[in-house]
Amino acid sequence: MSDLNQNMIEKYRNSFLKEVEANVEEGEWVKMCMQCGVCSGSCPLGKHWAHPPQEIFMMIRAGQREAVLSSDAMWMCTSCYNCIVRCPRELPITHIMHGLAHYARRLGLAPKGQPTMAFAQIFWDNMMKAGRVNELKLGLSLYYKDGFVQGIKNSLANMKLGQNMIKAKRMNAVEFFGGHGVKDVSGLQKMIRKAQELEDARIAKYGK
Amino acid sequence: MTEVVATNQTILVVGGGISGMTAALEAAETGKQVVLVEKRPYLGGRVSQLHKYFPKLCFPACGLEINQRRAKMNPNLTILTMAEVTGLSGEAGSYTATVKINPRYVNENCTACGECGKAVSAEFPNEFDYGLSKRKGAYLPNTMAHPMRYVIDPAMLGSDEAQKAKDACKYNAIDLDMQDEEISIPCGAVVWATGWKPYDAARIQPYGYDRFSNVITNVEFERMADPSGPTGGRIIRPSDGKEAKNVAFIQCAGSRDRNHLLHCSRICCMATLKQCHYVTDAYADATVSVYYIDIRAIDRFEDFYAKVKAKDNVSFIKSKVASVTQDKEANPVLHGVNTEGYHRYANTHDLVVLAVGMEPSVEAGSFPVPIVINREGFIEPASENGGVFAAGSASDALDVNRSVQHATGAALRAIQVVNRVAGTEG
Repeated sequence: MSDLNQNMIEKYRNSFLKEVEANVEEGEWVKMCMQCGVCSGSCPLGKHWAHPPQEIFMMIRAGQREAVLSSDAMWMCTSCYNCIVRCPRELPITHIMHGLAHYARRLGLAPKGQPTMAFAQIFWDNMMKAGRVNELKLGLSLYYKDGFVQGIKNSLANMKLGQNMIKAKRMNAVEFFGGHGVKDVSGLQKMIRKAQELEDARIAKYGK
Repeated sequence: MTEVVATNQTILVVGGGISGMTAALEAAETGKQVVLVEKRPYLGGRVSQLHKYFPKLCFPACGLEINQRRAKMNPNLTILTMAEVTGLSGEAGSYTATVKINPRYVNENCTACGECGKAVSAEFPNEFDYGLSKRKGAYLPNTMAHPMRYVIDPAMLGSDEAQKAKDACKYNAIDLDMQDEEISIPCGAVVWATGWKPYDAARIQPYGYDRFSNVITNVEFERMADPSGPTGGRIIRPSDGKEAKNVAFIQCAGSRDRNHLLHCSRICCMATLKQCHYVTDAYADATVSVYYIDIRAIDRFEDFYAKVKAKDNVSFIKSKVASVTQDKEANPVLHGVNTEGYHRYANTHDLVVLAVGMEPSVEAGSFPVPIVINREGFIEPASENGGVFAAGSASDALDVNRSVQHATGAALRAIQVVNRVAGTEG
C-alpha cells in the first residue's frame, strides 16, 4: 500500500465520508443519499455486484473505508445511467462510482487484475500515443494482456469476427503500422501532462 | 343573466372544495357578504370523492352535509357553480373580478328526479370516479351533489340525445339555449382556495401506470372502496374483475423526487395506512405490502401507524420501488432492493396502488391574478398578494384537518380587509 494511502488514513481517521467528499469526483453528493434504494433496484447488473450504489453510500457514511475502496463494485458500473435518471435527489451516481474507482486505484487499493481497470489502462495508453484510439491495436492489446499463448488463443477464437470486420470496413489492417491520429499529438500530450501535474499537486500535499 | 349583488365589502372565495366552503361559511356567518365561485357543477371538491377520513375512519359525507346545510341556511352566501375566475384587477379593498359561467343547461326547476338521465343513452367517462366508470350525458355529478341539480354534458348539444333529455323533463328544467356568460363582481378581498390535483402517475414511467391496468392510483382506489363508487365498494382488479387480496402500495409516487414533485405531499402516508384498512377489512385472507422510503405519520397519527403496523397481514418494505413489470396473468411485479439488509426482490401482487402526491390544481404561470407562488407552485403568504389570501391546499400540501384550519385563518384575513373598507376596524 502507498504512502498516500497511509496519509489519507491519518488525515481522515474518523470520517471516510469527508475523505470521499474531498478527493472523489462528485463525492460531495454522497451525503445527499436518502437510502431509498431505487439506484440499486434499477441497476441492470445489480445482482452481480458485491455492493450496489446505495449500499456503497451507506458504507461510506459508516466509515467502511477498506471494504469500499477494495471492493470491485464500482468497477462493475457500465454507465447505463439508469440510476442517475431515477434518483429522486439527482445524485450523479454513475460519476460517483467512476470517481470511487479512480480514487481506489490511485491509492493502490483497487482489486489486483480487475479486468475493467486493466482495460481502462490499455485504452488510455493506446489513446495517448496518437490522440485517437487505434482500435486494431486496442483489441490486440486486450487479447495479449494475459501473455503470448493466451493472446494467440484469443486471436484464433475471434478470427472470424476480425475478418468480417475487415470485410465490412469496420477495421483496417494497415492501422497496425502507426495508424491515424490527431494533428497536434505533442500539443495534446502536453495538455494532458499539465492537467496531470495540477491534479498531482492538489493531492501531493497528502502523499508525502 | 346571472345577477350577483356585490360591493367592495364582499369577499370572493375562489374554489368550493372543503377549504373554500369553510372560508366562505366562516366569513358569511360573521355577517359578511360572500360570493363562492366553483368550477365543478357541485361543491365539496375532492373531499366528496373520498370514502373515509383518516385517522377516525369516519365518512366525509357527514361533514359535507353539515356544510351544505350551513350554506343553504345562510342568506349572505351566493354560490356560483360551473364558474371560473378569469381575471382580477384593482387592489385590496377594491377589486373587480371577472367570472366566466359555463352553462349547465339545467335551471332551478330541476328536482333531480332523474328522468332525463334515463332518457339519454350517450355515456361519458365519469370524472367523479376518475374515469373508472361511465356516466350518462344527463347526470347528477354525485349522490349528494350541492346544488342537487342535473347537468347536461355540452358534448351532447345539438344531438337527438339532448332533445330526448329535454323531452323527458316534466318540470321544464332543461334549457338547451343557455349560453356561457361573463360577469364582473366587485369585491374587497379574495380567498383563493383552488386546491390540489393528484400528480399525473403516467409520468412516473418505470411504474407503468399508463401500460398496466392493475396499477392504479390512490385516488382511484379511494373511489373503488366507496360503496357508491365504480365497483360498488368491491376491491378488485381492473383487468379481470377478480378480487384483489394481495395489494401493494408504492409510497412517494412522484413526491420527494426531483424528477417529479420537489415536496413531500404529506397526506399519502396516512392515506395509504387508511387504505390498508380497506383491504384488510374487505378480505380476511388479505396481504398488504407497503413499499416506503420512510413513513411520515406525524403527531397523533403515529398511533394509527403503530396499529396498522401491528397487523399480521400488513408488511412494510423499506424500499423505493425501482420498476414495475407485468406477468402473463396481468399481475404487476415489483422490482427493487429492500434496503433493510439489501435484499433484491421481484414481488408479484394482484393490484398495485401508487400513493401519488398533491400538486396545485392551478399550474404555475396560469393564475388569472398576479400572485406569489413558491417553487412547488403553492401560494406564498406574501404581502405582495394584497387582499388575496390562499386557503387550504392551494397554499401547501395539506390534509383536510389542516386545510380547514388554514381556511378559517384565511377567512379572518379577508374579513380584516373588508372591515377596513367599511371603517369598522377597531
